[in-house]
Amino acid sequence: MNTSIFQVAGPVMIGPSSSHTAGAAKIGRIARQIVNGDFDRVTFGLYGSFDKTGKGHGTDKALLAGVMGIREDDERISKSFELAEQDNLEFEFYSVDLPGAHENSVIITFYKNGEIRSRIQGASVGGGNVRIVKIDGYEIGISGELPTIFVKQNDQKGVISHVATILADNGINIATMKVSRMQKKQDAICVIEIDDSIDEEILNQLKAHPYIQIVRFIACA
Amino acid sequence: MYKNIKELLTLAQERNETLSQIVLENEVKHSEKSPEEILQIMSDRYEVMKNSAKKALEHPTSPEGNLICGIASTQYAYATGEKKNLCGDFINLVMARALSSSEVNASMGKICAMPTAGSCGIVPAVILSVAEERKAAEKDVLMAMITASGFGAIVTENATVAGAEGGCQAECGVAAAMAAAAAVELCGGTPLQSVTAFSLSLMNIMGLVCDPVGGLVQIPCAQRNASQAVNALLSADLAMAGVQSYIDADEVVEAMYKVGKLLPMQLKETALGGVAATCSGACLMKALPQL
Repeated sequence: MNTSIFQVAGPVMIGPSSSHTAGAAKIGRIARQIVNGDFDRVTFGLYGSFDKTGKGHGTDKALLAGVMGIREDDERISKSFELAEQDNLEFEFYSVDLPGAHENSVIITFYKNGEIRSRIQGASVGGGNVRIVKIDGYEIGISGELPTIFVKQNDQKGVISHVATILADNGINIATMKVSRMQKKQDAICVIEIDDSIDEEILNQLKAHPYIQIVRFIACA
Repeated sequence: MYKNIKELLTLAQERNETLSQIVLENEVKHSEKSPEEILQIMSDRYEVMKNSAKKALEHPTSPEGNLICGIASTQYAYATGEKKNLCGDFINLVMARALSSSEVNASMGKICAMPTAGSCGIVPAVILSVAEERKAAEKDVLMAMITASGFGAIVTENATVAGAEGGCQAECGVAAAMAAAAAVELCGGTPLQSVTAFSLSLMNIMGLVCDPVGGLVQIPCAQRNASQAVNALLSADLAMAGVQSYIDADEVVEAMYKVGKLLPMQLKETALGGVAATCSGACLMKALPQL
């Protein structure tokens, strides 16, 4: 039997729904790590079942709690609107059409000083499991099940080898790696799932490359 | 080690061990954690379950977005009050505890899915109450939780525990079956009696649709948590009395899965059929406070 008993006895979460509440909070928490928590306004475009039945499941509260860094099992989820107001974080929810997207989808837009910082699309795919499917127009796939490194770089030779070498030198095993770009020689992004956690020092080593713009570490455990 | 219930049972019988010992050994292999670490994680989760089974008994949860606020305390008052009840204080208390977890879940409180959030009240209500009644040692209670989860893992892998895929039989039905198997072990029954209790519970509930009013995990989910906790107990008693299941446990799981697939989508968590599609259901949604 490969299924863990804790997939059955769990997750420990704030109700009422693993997909509409716990999953929503997790999407928010991953998105927060991608933008490094640096924003003063956030909007949530809700699609499909998130839009239609989300309110009764506290999907809105859970998403907002997530982007504030509150975990899926934290009872403060139900108070996230008040907590955001206390932190002077502006927030807004609206309905959006995302043709072809998963039924439980959200598009989160982060703003700082009136300007868009990042736009992240995620889906809650069941049982509290999630997928970040798009960042600023780039198709990606982050589940948060493994520690994940997100890199934005110039689409140039040598970047991937730099990243792979630093991870290897630090004894970090790469589980999966996906690189995508919109146009040749412009920006590209890279999502790497690894087996172990990494520290600030390794992150700094990764950043120390002229073509690398952003490096983020996403840990959801 | 094992792929289904038959292989799990055979291992336990051949080695003269409990089902929970086999499940624990499998988890050790699978997770690379020690038995002590696994028991500790289970203990932490059981603590969350006990709290949710207790929290709404004396104080109703918040009414915001909540159609079932106060059902657990009403049931608890009946179970512990002067008024003569039909099923006895024990059964009535078990139902109150199951309702409490459901009510906590509906009010955005902390719960542990078992196997899902919608069915989170059944296993805790049964295990907690049987443990109390039999004055079971803490280690034995945790081992019973491991038995329950082990059966749940087999259903997860070989069928489904999602209401959207299999209807309520896959959520509350499987939860009842898990609880029944664990209750038998906690009472000192044989592994075969656990398996029989599991099969009987699932047969008792086969075909139950998932029809939440307004798509909310409240009505009739909470009441089904109460009734399925009782299904678990009566199935455990039937098995320990010597009643046979006659149908192979893995075949019961397969039948449940096939029935789930045969159910139309209106009856699988879409709120388009069953009690969700009644006039009363629609009226409740209109009256829902602050939604």
